[in-house]
Formats: sequence, structure tokens, C-alpha cells
Amino acid sequence: MFEKLSYIMLQQYWWLLVAVLAALFIFMTFVQGGQTLLYTLGKTEEQRDLIINTLGRKWELGFSALVMFGGALFAAFPLFYATSFGGAYYVWMAILFCFIIQAVAYEYRKKPNNGLGEKTYEVFLMINGSLGIILIGIALGTLFTGGNFVVNEMNLSHWTKPTYGLEAVLNWYNLAFGFMLFFLARIQAALYFINTIENQEITNRAKIVLKYETWIFLILFSYVIFSLLTMVGYNYDSLTKIINVENQKFLHNFIAMPWLGAMLSVGAVLLLWGIGSTLWKKSDKGIWFSGIGTILVVISLVLVLGYNHTAFYPSLVDIQSSLTIENSSGSHYTLIAMSYVSLMVPFVLAYIAWAWRVMNRDKITIEEVQNDAHHY
Amino acid sequence: MEHLDPSLVDWSRAQFALTALYHWIFVPLTLGLTFLVAIMETIYVKTGDIWWKKTTKFWMTLLAINFAIGLATGIIMEFEFGTNWSNYSWIVGDIFGAPLAIEGLMAFFMESTFFAIMFFGWDKVSKKTHLISTWLVAIGSNLSALWILVANGWMQHPVGMHFNPDTARNEMVNFWEILFNPNAYSKFLHTISSGYVLAALFIISVSSWYLLKGRNIQFAKRSIMIAASFGLIVSIFNLTTGDDSARQAALNQPMKLAAMEGLYDGKSSAPIVAFGILNPKKNYLNDEKEFLFKIEIPDGLSLLGFHSIDAYVPGIKQLVLGDKEHNITSAAQKLSIGKKAVTALTNYKIAKKEGDTLQAQSALNIFEENAKYLGYGYLEKPEDVIPNVPITFYAFHTMVTFGFWFITLFIIILYLAMTNELEQKRWFLKAALWSLPLGYIAQEAGWIVAEVGRQPWAIQDMLPVGMATSQLSSTSVMFTFWMFAILFTALLIAEVKIMITQIKIGPEEV
Repeated sequence: MFEKLSYIMLQQYWWLLVAVLAALFIFMTFVQGGQTLLYTLGKTEEQRDLIINTLGRKWELGFSALVMFGGALFAAFPLFYATSFGGAYYVWMAILFCFIIQAVAYEYRKKPNNGLGEKTYEVFLMINGSLGIILIGIALGTLFTGGNFVVNEMNLSHWTKPTYGLEAVLNWYNLAFGFMLFFLARIQAALYFINTIENQEITNRAKIVLKYETWIFLILFSYVIFSLLTMVGYNYDSLTKIINVENQKFLHNFIAMPWLGAMLSVGAVLLLWGIGSTLWKKSDKGIWFSGIGTILVVISLVLVLGYNHTAFYPSLVDIQSSLTIENSSGSHYTLIAMSYVSLMVPFVLAYIAWAWRVMNRDKITIEEVQNDAHHY
Repeated sequence: MEHLDPSLVDWSRAQFALTALYHWIFVPLTLGLTFLVAIMETIYVKTGDIWWKKTTKFWMTLLAINFAIGLATGIIMEFEFGTNWSNYSWIVGDIFGAPLAIEGLMAFFMESTFFAIMFFGWDKVSKKTHLISTWLVAIGSNLSALWILVANGWMQHPVGMHFNPDTARNEMVNFWEILFNPNAYSKFLHTISSGYVLAALFIISVSSWYLLKGRNIQFAKRSIMIAASFGLIVSIFNLTTGDDSARQAALNQPMKLAAMEGLYDGKSSAPIVAFGILNPKKNYLNDEKEFLFKIEIPDGLSLLGFHSIDAYVPGIKQLVLGDKEHNITSAAQKLSIGKKAVTALTNYKIAKKEGDTLQAQSALNIFEENAKYLGYGYLEKPEDVIPNVPITFYAFHTMVTFGFWFITLFIIILYLAMTNELEQKRWFLKAALWSLPLGYIAQEAGWIVAEVGRQPWAIQDMLPVGMATSQLSSTSVMFTFWMFAILFTALLIAEVKIMITQIKIGPEEV
């Protein structure tokens, strides 16, 4: 079946899968957003336990999505994996550090004699939810703004700045991208709590978060999208593969692929509808609208980044070193083999959806958490 | 392609070794304990006896503590291939990335999804659905091991690929050959069975402590019986898979086998060293004795490696200097051929860039003729093919010695349990209690044999570690090395403290 697809079609297919994984991961960052709201929404020990246990049933899915995102990039676009991870070293190491500490925090926070104290594990969750997400946003921002790397004729790469990626924090666009994801995660978390938790105080406080932080998110989102449409991009010739700077490349991409613009708009509207319906219609289903909206927006942005002969990771040092889905991908054979593997994706999504449904059938209460011997 | 700064290579290796060794403290217990917990829950579902539910929940609590830190130390492993081994990621990523991605899709989501049901779903799903979820966590964690060992097995014995000079990387040409690589299966089976042995030791050790303290007697006795029965079966299986691993080394990594046995000079009907102290003055050129002291089993190594007591086993000397009689090419010759391939590849790239088709074709022909030993072209001198012999030798012998002790331990426990003498034999319970650290040492020793024994190769005979790292400053890697050393040590201390406290609290509180 996949053997019949051309190399470029498979590269596009895999870029789509990467986009879907990125979108699912960004959706799951409501867990991180929730971690940063621990003390904003939880004013008593019981409320904080309720919040932690609500998130604690989902954090591993986000963690797995991040690992899967890395694995898919490794298998399908190994040159990106090598160039970005091996070059923007400090940024990725800092991100990993933020996720390592998350992995133990839920399980160890409430355990007696836990070595570091309950507060330390809560700080771990705060760091993961704030710095971790902001840095991921910054790293994603560099896909649009570029990195300081060179790829030689043997396709081996190196970074040209001794700051190994940390210089990305000095770029306003990258920073805005990072903070946009941070506030998106908090908004999504507020919506998730309203959907999942049976506690009026937490719900009321979550609505206050929504009321104010939506504006901050919208300002950042507008800046990111407006800048995207006006910034320079990098186009490559489909025959010679030579890469050139193109003004308003992403605007041109949206014009060339109007369905991506439609997807972005529908996503943004759904996201706002999720927030609005929660605030003004007292709905508790907002997370599903905003969640689907988030997924559509992210997929649209990742696709506009890589499709239509666009370098998805521009080099600021040597333009011809920039990475495209064509020059950074796995071989034709590997993409075919991995495409067969990808047929498992709907099956995996189906059992995740089933498990989600059975675990979230009833709202979580303080009593349920206290009665569960294995609560976090 | 240039050689990288040696201190960068050393720090990169040190960091990978550190993170891998830390990660491996936690993984084997998860691999085995998930199954043991699933077995206990199955008994609960079959019998309806609430006591088994409590027992299951207790071991599950300890599993969760271990599982969390396993995840924490695991995430870095995948990304480290990119962050610290970016040349590697390009040169073999087309093959190596696939099993890692499949691991994520097939195993991680299964583990994380059903883990949540296993811990929080007792009252949310039916008994049977819960049991299936527990089994799926066990299967998921073992599937994860399968794919990572398919990847590692490929590093030890690369198959199913060819080098594409245009992209300057190895590309996959046969997925099935990679998936059914015999090396991967012997490694997988040996690794997971060793994990099961460790889980059995863990339960035995904790239960022995209860018996020594005179508390939770019924719980400890039942747990110990299950663990020792399971342990005996899996440790014998572990022995046979270990035999197969050694055979794979004999066939594909003769230098590793020679280092494992401290065999400097090859011989037919080679003995195996049951116990030995290496002579530090020995090297592959001088005539010093190999051992200061040794106890041998005649013909053992020939039998282990080639399943024949007469078989010839090459030593380090023959593998470096070559041996015409046994058709072994010298390392010097391989280096010379490899350097021709490296030069030809460079010339090919230059000619292609300049559009000189004739010159490119000529360079390509030379490259193809010499490509077999391309990896050797990046080594500096023939003796670079020798791994650290003392580390490999002692790690191997530690692992094997402890492995035999565990079999003995399981047999004695079963005997004492059947004759109802277990509680009275306090000295033996103490030995059982303290066998757990030995289990961890054996686990780590096994990976040291596998990874140190195949140096200098990142990919056997294809890519030396000196060519595989990211081109970073060594200071950056040194900085992150210490960062991980401090963080993982702190987390390990926390984990051990929590674990001990939970054990002291005991099953009645669950």
C-alpha cells in the first residue's frame, strides 16, 4: 500500500504525523498548566490533593506523547533530530531536566519520608509546568526563526554559538511563542478542572483564571500569528533544492494552501468557544472545544511550517544548511516501513479514548481521593 | 568526517554510561514486578480472596515508586542519542530511529494508559477489566524492552542496511532482518529474564525481612513461595539465554568474548575461567601469564561459544595481529582498507560537488571495494580495537557468579519452605535479604559487559564512538554530566527512603 506512494508523499505524510503528535502533546500540556495553578486554585491541603490527583491520572499520557514526538522525529526526520538536539544542547537538556523532575513528583510528593519534602516536589511540578513549557515553546519558535547551525557535506552538523541554543531566549518571537504555550496550558487546565472536578471553589477560581489569562493568551497568540504572516521564510526550489529567503513566506503558504488557513481559523474559534461557553453559558464541556481547537491550530501551524517547499528549520549561519522535509528525512524504505507501523495509531488513540472515558465518567471529589489508598 | 575531541568523547560516554546505569537500576524491577503483580491479581480474581487483593496492592505500591523514577531516568535515554550522539543519529538514525519510535507507539502509550487504570481504576472498571489492564502494563513494559533491545541488538550486530554514499549514512534495506536479528532476541530474552530474576529477589528480600522481624508471616511466606518458584524458572531460562548471548558474541563479537574471558592467545578446546585474577602486566604483545591465579573448566569456552569442545576461540592477539591459519584479518589491514574507504568517500563527495562525473564514479568504485571496513578507517591504531579487558572480564564473572548463586538461593528457599523450616533458618533469611544488592550488581555488570566489551564501537565494526558524538564543547557535556549525577543521586536516595518506609509500613496499611 505505502510502497505506491512517492518519496515526497511519504515525507509529507510523516510531517503530518509529526504535526498530529505535536498537537496531541500541546493539548496534553493542560497537565503542566494545572501544575502551575496548584496554589492559585487549591487553597487548602485537600483541594491541592484533589488537583494533583486529577492531573496525576493524565500526566503520563503527556509524557508519552513527548517521548513519541521525539521517537517519530528520530525515525522520520533523523537530520532534524541530530541537528537540533545535538546543537541546541542546553535548551533541550533544560527541557529534559524539567520533565525528569515531573516524573517523580506525583508519586513521591505525599509519600512519607520522601527525602526532599512535599514542597520540593511541588516546586518540581511548578518548574515543569512553567519553565518546561516556556522552553518547549521557545524551541518550537526557533523552527520559524531559525538556529545557529551548519550541516556539512557529510550531513553532520554543529552549532556555531557557545550558548548551544540558549541564545533563542533573546528572540521576541520565540519568547512570545513560549509564553503563549504557557498561558494556553493554564487556560486548558482551568477548563479541564471545570470539566473534571466536583468542587465549587476550585471551579470558581478556575473561571477567574480563564477570565483574565485568556486576554494575555490572545495578545500573545495574535502577536505570534501576525508576526508569522509578515516574517521572512525560507523557500526551496523543488528541482535544484536551493534554498532562498522569501518575504512573507508563511502568508504565501496560507494562500497556497487555504485549507490550512481554514483549519487555523476553525481551531481558534473552537478554542474561544470553549472558553466563552464555560464563562457565559456555564458549560463544563469547554475543554473539548478548546482541546480540539488547540489540536487544529497546532496541526495547521506545523503543516504551514513544513509544506509548500518551506525550510522548517532555517539555519541563520548558512542558509543552504537549512532543513526541509526532503533533505532531513529517513530513506524511502524506512518511511514505507514506518508508515505501516503508523497504522497502529488509530488503535492506540481508540484505547486511550476508551480509558479516558472510563476514568473520567464521574467527576472527581475530595472524598474519592481521600478514600483511594493509592492517592498521590 | 573528522575525529572529535577525546575528552568530549569521554564525557559523552561517561554521561551515557551514568544515565544508562541509573536507568537500569529501576527498569529490571519493573519488568519483573509487573508480571508478578499481574499473577497475584489473577489469583485474586480467580479466588475472590481479598487477601490477595491486599497483597497485590502492596507490591503495586512499591512498583509505582520504582516505575516513576524509571520514567524519570528513561526519558533522557532516548533524547541523548540526539543531544550527545548526533553524528550517530544521522549515520545510523535511518535504522536506529525506527525501533525507538515503535517502542513509543506500541509500548509507552499502553503502559501509561493502563497504568492509570491499574492504580486508580479499582472502583471504576470491572475486576476483569482491571486485571487485563494490569497484564497490559506488564506486557507494555516488556514490549518496550523488546524494541529497545532490537535497537541495541542491531548496534551489536548490524544487519539489514547498506551505506549510501550520497547521504553519507547507513540506510535500512530490510526491516525484518533488523526485527529478527538473532542478537536482538538473545539480548531481549536474557535481559527480561534477568529482570524477572531481580523482581523475584526483591520480593524474597522484602519477605525475608518480614520473617526476620517476625511480622506479616503469612504474607511473607506466600509471597516468598511465589517469588522463589517464579525465580527458579526464570533464572534457569536466564542461564540458557545467557549461553545464547555468549554464542552470539562468539559469532559476531569475538573481541568481546576474548575480553570477557581474558583470552589473549587463541586456542582450540579453550577452557573457561570459573574464577581468575588477571595479570595487570599482561598485554597482547608480551609473553606474561594471562592470570595471576585461575580456576578453569576445560574446553568450557569452546563449548560455550561454539557448542563444540574442539572449537578454536581466537584471542585478543589474533584479533589484532591477524591469523592466516584461522582466516582472521589483522586490525592493521582492516584500518588500511577502512582509510581507503574514508578517502574515497571524501573524494566522491568533492567530485560530485564539482560535477566531475567520471571522477565521482571512480571514487565510488574504490569506496564500494573498501566499504566493508569503513568504520575501521576512523580508528587511529590497530590496538584501538581492544576494549578494556579487566572491566569486561570482572563484570562478566561477577554477573555469572551471582547468577549461579541466585539459582541456588531459589532452590534452597523452595526446599526450606516445603519442609517448613524457613522461619527458623535466620542466617539463611539474612543471606536472602542481602542477595538483593547482588541482584542489582549483576544487572549493572551485565550491561557493562555488553557495552564496554564492544568498545571502541558504537555500531560494531561500523562506527567507532569517537566518530559518533555531537560536536559540542566538552565543558558543556561535563556540566550536564554533573547535573545528572547530582539529580539522579538525589532521586535515588529519595526513592530508596520511600521504598524502605513503605516496606516498614507493610501490607496491612494498603
